[in-house]
Amino acid sequence: MGSHGIKDQVAIVGMGCTKFGEQWDKGTDELLLTSTQEAFDSVGLTKDDIDAYWLGTAMGSGGQTLSRPLEMRKPVTRVENYCCTGSEAMRNAMYAVASGAYDVAMAVGVEKVKDPGYQGLASGGGPSTDGTNRTLAAAAMYAMCAPAYGKKYGVSDEQMREVLARIAWKNHQNGARNERAQFRKEVTMDTICNAPLMAGTLGVYDCSGVADGSAAAIVVRAEDAHKYTDTPLYIKGLQFISGDATGNTDPSYDYTHFPEIEQAGRDAYEQAGVTDPRSQLAMAEVHDCFTPAELLIYEDLGFAERGTAWKEVLNGTFDLEGDLPVNPDGGLKSFGHPVGASGLRMFFENWLQLTGQAPEERRIKHADRGLGLVHNLGGYPGEMVSFVGIVGTEKG
Amino acid sequence: MQGILSAAAYVPYWRLDRGQIKETFGAGGGKGQRAVASYDEDTTTMGVEAARLALKSAGGARPQGIGFATANPAYLDKTNATAIHAALRLDREAVAYDFGGAVRSGMGALVAAIGSTVPLLVVSSDLRDGMPTSADESAGGDGAAAILVGSDDVAPVIAETIGFAATTEEFIDHWRLPGEKRSKSWEERFGETKYLPLGEEAFNAALKQAELSAGDIDHLIVTGTHPRAVRALTPRLGVDKEKIVDALDSTVGWTGTAHPALLLTSVLETAKPGEVIAVLSLADGADCLIFRTTDAIKAWKPARTIATQIGASGPVTYGKYLSWRKWVEVEGPRRPEPSRISAAAAGRVTDWKYGFVASKDEAGEIHAPPHKADAEAVPMSDVEGTISTFTIDRIAFSPSPPITYAVVDMDNGTRSALELCDLDASKIAMGDRVELTFRKLGTGDSIHNYFWKARPLRGG
Repeated sequence: MGSHGIKDQVAIVGMGCTKFGEQWDKGTDELLLTSTQEAFDSVGLTKDDIDAYWLGTAMGSGGQTLSRPLEMRKPVTRVENYCCTGSEAMRNAMYAVASGAYDVAMAVGVEKVKDPGYQGLASGGGPSTDGTNRTLAAAAMYAMCAPAYGKKYGVSDEQMREVLARIAWKNHQNGARNERAQFRKEVTMDTICNAPLMAGTLGVYDCSGVADGSAAAIVVRAEDAHKYTDTPLYIKGLQFISGDATGNTDPSYDYTHFPEIEQAGRDAYEQAGVTDPRSQLAMAEVHDCFTPAELLIYEDLGFAERGTAWKEVLNGTFDLEGDLPVNPDGGLKSFGHPVGASGLRMFFENWLQLTGQAPEERRIKHADRGLGLVHNLGGYPGEMVSFVGIVGTEKG
Repeated sequence: MQGILSAAAYVPYWRLDRGQIKETFGAGGGKGQRAVASYDEDTTTMGVEAARLALKSAGGARPQGIGFATANPAYLDKTNATAIHAALRLDREAVAYDFGGAVRSGMGALVAAIGSTVPLLVVSSDLRDGMPTSADESAGGDGAAAILVGSDDVAPVIAETIGFAATTEEFIDHWRLPGEKRSKSWEERFGETKYLPLGEEAFNAALKQAELSAGDIDHLIVTGTHPRAVRALTPRLGVDKEKIVDALDSTVGWTGTAHPALLLTSVLETAKPGEVIAVLSLADGADCLIFRTTDAIKAWKPARTIATQIGASGPVTYGKYLSWRKWVEVEGPRRPEPSRISAAAAGRVTDWKYGFVASKDEAGEIHAPPHKADAEAVPMSDVEGTISTFTIDRIAFSPSPPITYAVVDMDNGTRSALELCDLDASKIAMGDRVELTFRKLGTGDSIHNYFWKARPLRGG
């Protein structure tokens, strides 16, 4: 028994990603056709060259969501795992290739979240319940992390407001330089701090964008990678943890860390041989659904010592020009969050940056470190699922 | 000996200052305040709260049946008393019956139970409504009362029943069609001429049965659907003015079906041994019950008095009141309304959902919600807790946004994430003490979703 990973067994050879945002004139079909076509074109393949597909969609259902618009008869596996849906499609496609079952696989994620007409993410429906379940919006759950962190580490309410605003400010700075992002505007600290409140102390700018979008990746066995491209990205570590959902019933849980993320990160680092993420990673894409989440993730993934990430935020460590750029594409905050596509969008930015395709105005400094991280989460503080993936430019 | 074993009332937290009605509409209103059930309360949840309090001071007596009376039932066809039965975790063999529709059913349920030798819990509850600016709106109040009756084989009788008489007559005075929100009344003089003789006859007959005269009465309660008749009749009964019980008009309002039992409870809460209490209720006739308190009342400790609940209250604006009662609709968050709950799924967790019953594993660890594998049930609806952290959700759907939500560390070592209610959200803080209260989380497809929330401790 053991978690062995598939280090250097699988490579990403092509990717595509639509613009994220309010795409009133595009349905799921158009989004899927756009992202998959870009991925095919990036490596000179067609849909027929792909042996099997993994489709991530949280609100849609069934493999035909993909096979119908692509007009094909192929193995299509639909996966869903909360907001980790996109990275789950990727993880399972990679395992399929690593197993030898298929030569070429595609992972594609899509979400059309703007059609229901509600504020925030709201799918409605779902299985019947006994009525005792919590009915809060996600913002409120994450809002509880801010005062908890402040209390534990002696960060005043005013300082915390600045720290969280700084994270949103940074992600808007980055998103403004990304033509595919939902929000392409720099936003001032003042605007962020004085925005209408959504939950607790979190304002509108502390919450990720709600967007339609799709992203896709083509994966092959690592030894075949150079048949398709000169700049493949190899998988180094891959872990996914579904928590036991006891945080809200366990008095020892204090809302200042996410154990599912720590555990997924630890295992992925071990597979990848990463011992000091802060100096070894060139960049990270993390799941900044709400600003307090990004703050806690820095510590859960070892980018900063416990209780110190807030200072690093203010020092600019995670800025585009910082020591370890986090969310150089703007993150969920400004790129937007089409649930099933987000995990793949994070791989997409790693692919652009590490293979030298990122546009100059948002190119990271330390691409030569050759390693990037994807962190994707779903659920809430205390009841979370989390994915961590590490990719690299060199096959070990 | 047969009579009352325990009693309690529930007065909701919110108070409407009647002056606000006149300020808003230039008409209606009056002096003082009326009790207002929150948007998440109905006659069933208020009944549960009264019943929980009554059983807490019942010396361990467990009812073998519940009678639930209200003129404002949460359900028709379906029995409402079963939810109270579930919340109290009564035995499967214990019956639960609704007495519904008429205001008189409150007194009727009490009269029907009062001679019983087995312990029976009579719960009466009402939400009083009326057209904005109407006398019904202003004079009405929301509340519930629970009286445990039985014999002293089970628990000490604190007040013995010594007399009962009633009169009945068919006439049109105060009525409401099923589904209507407002009641209507005939011109007052007609009803008054009917109620004066009906009331006097019942009162005198009950006195005669008890072998007492009016001068022997220590506490006289007169209440009913016709305020003018109540005012006119009271001084005619030959009881000294100072023995007339405060009807709580200026603090609670007239709670309709619940009011006779609620006022009787208010007397019992401070009565001394050997005192005679007469309850005369005018509603489509007249019912008069006469009790004499026993020595056992000295040792009886009410779980939470009406006076305490009147003291522990908070103001609700008239606008909020009108929206809670659906006289006006206000804009809410653009979020999906909760869908209906599954009867089957709810039926698998009845003890948790209605009774807040956790479970304990072999190692002694308590799980809330309960784990299927655990053998031992841990009832914890009376366990208090401390707010560990909390937040205000301005996005989630609520009939009265925003939602205040807290992670509560319970005194038995468990933690529960609960919605908070009955509070001023700007005054809540980590470390505050809370208790559990039975509420209606929402209604989908005409199915009420009952579960527990937490509220700041309301005092003993």
